Amino acid sequence: MLTQYIGRRLLLLGPLLFVISVISFVLIQLPPGDILNMEVLRLRSAGTQVSEEQVEALRQLYGLDKSLPEQYWLWITNILFEGNFGTSFTYVKPVSEILAARVPLTAAVSIFTAVFVWIMAVPIGVYSATHQYSLVDYFWTFVSFIGVATPGFLLALVFLWMAFVMFDISAIGLFSQEYESAPWSWAKIINMLQHIWIPIVIIGMAHTAGMMRTMRGMMLDELNKQYVITARSKGLTETRLLVKYPVRTSMNPVFSTIGWMLPGIISGEVLVSMVLNIPTTGPVLLQALLNQDMFLAGSIVFILSVLTVIGTLISDILLVWLDPRIRYEGVA
Amino acid sequence: MTESVRHEAGPAVEAAESADVSDREKQELYTASQRQLIWRRFRRHRLAQVSIVMLALLYVLAAFAEFIAPYETSHDFKGFVYAPPAKIHLFDEDGFVGPFVYGLKGGRDESYQRIFEEVKEEQYPVRLFVRGDSYEFWGLFETDLHLFGVGEEGQIFLFGTDRLGRDLFSRVIYGTRISLTIGLVGVFLSFVLGLIIGGISGYFGGVVDEVIQRLIDLLVSIPQLPLWMALAAAVPREWDSIQTYFAITVVLSIVGWAGLARTVRGRLLSLREEDFTVAARVSGVSEWRIITKHLLPLFASYIVVAITLSVPGMIIGETSLSFIGLGIQPPAVSWGTLLQDSQMIANVALHPWLLIPALFVIVTVLMFNFMGDGLRDAADPYSIN
Repeated sequence: MLTQYIGRRLLLLGPLLFVISVISFVLIQLPPGDILNMEVLRLRSAGTQVSEEQVEALRQLYGLDKSLPEQYWLWITNILFEGNFGTSFTYVKPVSEILAARVPLTAAVSIFTAVFVWIMAVPIGVYSATHQYSLVDYFWTFVSFIGVATPGFLLALVFLWMAFVMFDISAIGLFSQEYESAPWSWAKIINMLQHIWIPIVIIGMAHTAGMMRTMRGMMLDELNKQYVITARSKGLTETRLLVKYPVRTSMNPVFSTIGWMLPGIISGEVLVSMVLNIPTTGPVLLQALLNQDMFLAGSIVFILSVLTVIGTLISDILLVWLDPRIRYEGVA
Repeated sequence: MTESVRHEAGPAVEAAESADVSDREKQELYTASQRQLIWRRFRRHRLAQVSIVMLALLYVLAAFAEFIAPYETSHDFKGFVYAPPAKIHLFDEDGFVGPFVYGLKGGRDESYQRIFEEVKEEQYPVRLFVRGDSYEFWGLFETDLHLFGVGEEGQIFLFGTDRLGRDLFSRVIYGTRISLTIGLVGVFLSFVLGLIIGGISGYFGGVVDEVIQRLIDLLVSIPQLPLWMALAAAVPREWDSIQTYFAITVVLSIVGWAGLARTVRGRLLSLREEDFTVAARVSGVSEWRIITKHLLPLFASYIVVAITLSVPGMIIGETSLSFIGLGIQPPAVSWGTLLQDSQMIANVALHPWLLIPALFVIVTVLMFNFMGDGLRDAADPYSIN
């Protein structure tokens, strides 16, 4: 049953990735004129003489003289078989080289954020439900409303502002200055962990808020059920009673929401990283788009989408493994 | 403990309470039409009511922006760069004189920071219906009447000014127009797109339906923002404000329709399987009557809820895109473009009023969420909660 489910999901993954690649390719082609125009304009404005023959040579180099389906084929086979995402015009470097350092950071921030959301939302939801209408409950209710309504980048702005006013820190980043261009080492990783909680909390805020409310609502429903009263009358301790039954049941819908949480987290990460100046894919994407460096931009959209889809798939499989009932409800 | 017991017995307590209520009121509840029940339920949701009033107010601001804003968006006051929000005084040294502002005098302090001082000798009373910058009202007639102001000699900057000495309050009011309508127009477009594509999907069924459903699954499972950014970046820079406005709306809805379509579709399918639909069908009610009498009213309310709850996403989308410079382009003003000025954090630290537009975004989104919650409760007036 489980293998069948995984098999079906894997089968669907192929077409899914194909459509994502087509969308990304369309995005690369989208700006008016072809992608060489910007490059030629820049070369000319920098005083470099570019003759028509040279433009033609460049055109052939990038395969721009071919039809669109052929170009797509060239582009996707290069990615699949050689890991070659094309060349960035602004960086004058292969796209894969630019992204190699940044994609893992994006993935790390996103995964940590998802974990953070769970770790925060479940206990707070349980506490709010068991202490309904208490001061703490009202406090978290208030926080969750604000959290849902505040886009991550605004939260990041406010955070930066407070950090600047109170601690005179003008940039957050992911590393202290001495580690910024240092090679990876334990010290650098520890330095990163000291910084990474800021984007995690900011990106995770909205999702934590939503999930906290779901958890609280589910718990309140469960606490009203007969079996809780029975368990209590039999003399189970309150903690044991909570953890053993209602919390477990309530957690199912919370966990199954990861499918729609992940795209949101990645979206949030892109913007928050720009504001906080974190060297993930977000800031590069914006710069690439502003410069119409489309191979770079398209590749980032492609990679982010593929990461999200695969992440969702993994979490779905884990979920089904944890709770077989979901299989029949058809998450796919 | 007593708290939770009381809650556990929720419906029972409610029943007991309603027994105390006079019989006449009970009769009213039992004989109330669905519309009355919905209204009754909605009235219980205080926050939703407050939200509707506040949102209505914001939309009035947007509609009458030229009249309510004391200045034009591009009116730059030389010598009033980064002036702080005006203090409105009621009393001067001699006692009560009604609302007025003092004149402002700009200068530099010892550390060469820009500072402004109130000039006590200059008093400008705040008056209603003053003449100021002229504008064309809704493209109908030319006028220079503004809701309030201090006349030509003085200046009133309720939210301070920006880096070019433009009145932030006026700009926020004008920005309301784009930020608030883009949400509505975007959701409307998404809805139409969803209806058309959903219609095709339902009409042809089979493979077409399957492909479209998978496409919807795909669109909701990949991150929206990078797609929005890439599409928005393709909008030509030389387009004028109105073209850009519509292009951004289209970009927002092309990516955003899938989520809305999925929610609505799910609702419709589950309603079709509800007991009362089956019961009606079994009793020999015609399909037409089932659809118009039983399904449409409920569909309509669910759709209204789904639409209300997806407006905030659109508003945040526009704000985010404009904030990073890919959305609405200056000289057009939206809350997002206003927030661009706060990208330099040192700027915000010295001039915190630059963050005021953020407050408008948060409040608006909050209000839409509350309103959606209230509507959702009201849409299903028979549920117990």
